[in-house]
Amino acid sequence: MRDIALGQYYPANSIIHRMDPRAKIIIALMYMVSIFFINTYTVYVLTFLVLFLLVLLSKVPIKLILKSVKPILFLITFTAVINLFLTPLENKPYVIDVYFRQWTVNNIIFELKWKFIRFGMTWTGVNNALKMALRLTLLVMGPSLLTLTTTPVTLTDGVESLMKPLRIIRFPVHELALIMSITLKFIPNIIEETDKIMMAQRARCADFDSGNIFKKAKALLPVIIPLFVNSLRRAEELAYAMDSRCYRGSKGRTKMKELKFGLKDFMALLLAAGFSFLIFMARYNWFSLNIIYSLV
Amino acid sequence: MPIVIENLSYTYSPNTVFAHDALKNVHMTIDDGEFVGIIGHTGSGKSTLVLHLNGLIKLTSGKILVNDIDLSKKYDYKKLRSTVGIVFQYPEYQLFDETVEKDIAFGPKNLGLSKEEVAYRVRTAMEMVGLDYEIIKDRSPFELSGGQKRRAALAGVIAMHPKILILDEPTAGLDPKGKENILELVHSIKKASQVTVIMISHNMDEINEHCTRVAVLNQGELVYYLKPSELVERSLELGKMGLDIPTSARIARRLRKKGINIKTGIHKQDELIAEVLKLYKGERA
Repeated sequence: MRDIALGQYYPANSIIHRMDPRAKIIIALMYMVSIFFINTYTVYVLTFLVLFLLVLLSKVPIKLILKSVKPILFLITFTAVINLFLTPLENKPYVIDVYFRQWTVNNIIFELKWKFIRFGMTWTGVNNALKMALRLTLLVMGPSLLTLTTTPVTLTDGVESLMKPLRIIRFPVHELALIMSITLKFIPNIIEETDKIMMAQRARCADFDSGNIFKKAKALLPVIIPLFVNSLRRAEELAYAMDSRCYRGSKGRTKMKELKFGLKDFMALLLAAGFSFLIFMARYNWFSLNIIYSLV
Repeated sequence: MPIVIENLSYTYSPNTVFAHDALKNVHMTIDDGEFVGIIGHTGSGKSTLVLHLNGLIKLTSGKILVNDIDLSKKYDYKKLRSTVGIVFQYPEYQLFDETVEKDIAFGPKNLGLSKEEVAYRVRTAMEMVGLDYEIIKDRSPFELSGGQKRRAALAGVIAMHPKILILDEPTAGLDPKGKENILELVHSIKKASQVTVIMISHNMDEINEHCTRVAVLNQGELVYYLKPSELVERSLELGKMGLDIPTSARIARRLRKKGINIKTGIHKQDELIAEVLKLYKGERA
């Protein structure tokens, strides 16, 4: 259970740790949107390199970033397999172009026919599967760098500050930020508690590891029920504690640490925008820069 | 069969920034029928030590023998866990089933016992912890009172008939009366089923009154492993670790300093009361 990287802050002193959370959030959003527009391997590799550079800058061990992929490893393989086999079979040739020199290969790698059912694998499918896996991996790694380098409190401050304009339409910005911060703050507690309860039930010879998936799910009930009961109890206690300290929502509330958007944040934002621009450029072949486009 | 711990060390999250030595070269043996107290500050390694004993933490360095089960080799974990029962801190937060009876039956059922045996064990365990079987068995564990919940949780472990019973701060969060009740209960269980008891606590008085031997842990090291009467003489060293000698011994010492001729070596409450009464009566006579 301790492997979950989400919401686990890694303490270090780096330029990325010191950045304004608003800049980091905007960059993370730009990054996540841009990823969906990558369609060539060159740009994928480039993005991985940039991410790797950022990780080096942040002084977060690369192992922790890789760990963030672990929980969705199943999802990645699942989508890859689906893409691999469910891409429609067509007899069109598949074109691989390397520096304008085009090779045509038979798109279908193998094919099984039985009455009306055709089943097989195509190069397009392999391509889709690989790209989907890369996309999902990038999609998880980037935001996990954000949560690893930003404390939950700072992160929420950033979100609250960014959503301020929504107050005009009476959107409960502060309340939402509070919910978020409480959720993030209690993740480690809940993980710890899960560990404890699991140990207690293991001590009573509970078996969480064997049997099929249904048996495993049922075996978790003795963990999940006390976890829920305790979470509700804790929520109630927290509400009382906040009430007794005169919590009144956002009205007249000041911050102990005001956020400061500095020059380095602005520069980072510019760099990130530049990189996103590059991705779009490669995708839509703006300015007809065929060299980027033609690399596979 | 005794418990033998040799050269036990354990590190949490090794090879990371969070690495932390929880135990360092611990040696100790616990004989059958003993009532061993483990005392130390938060983070001194008490829980880590105890979790090793039934395999909830995997042995990484050193050797542990529990009733001839060698934990450094492959072993039958069910056998180990039915031999060593652990009652965790705030065990009432681990109750989960619809009825008290089902909850207590969870452990014995996992051991693969017959239905009759499980039912028998549940009933006797409930009686042992002082819960009325007929009245309470069909109630939800969540509607019991705090004290009853803790008893029910305790029964859940006792019903597995362990030979060694480990209690992690069994009195935490209880009022003085509740504390006394639980400790009395532990004694009666010990008497009735001849178990070896290991109790973690950070209350020196509790440990002093009930244990045959006390293990003092400090920052992962076993500093002392002595009888309570011997521990009284180490007040200076204990003070350095932020621990105190038992209240009774402290009072006796103060009285002696005031020039009252009280017997040395007193450390238990009853002894102190008897001695003071004797002196008081002697003075009046």
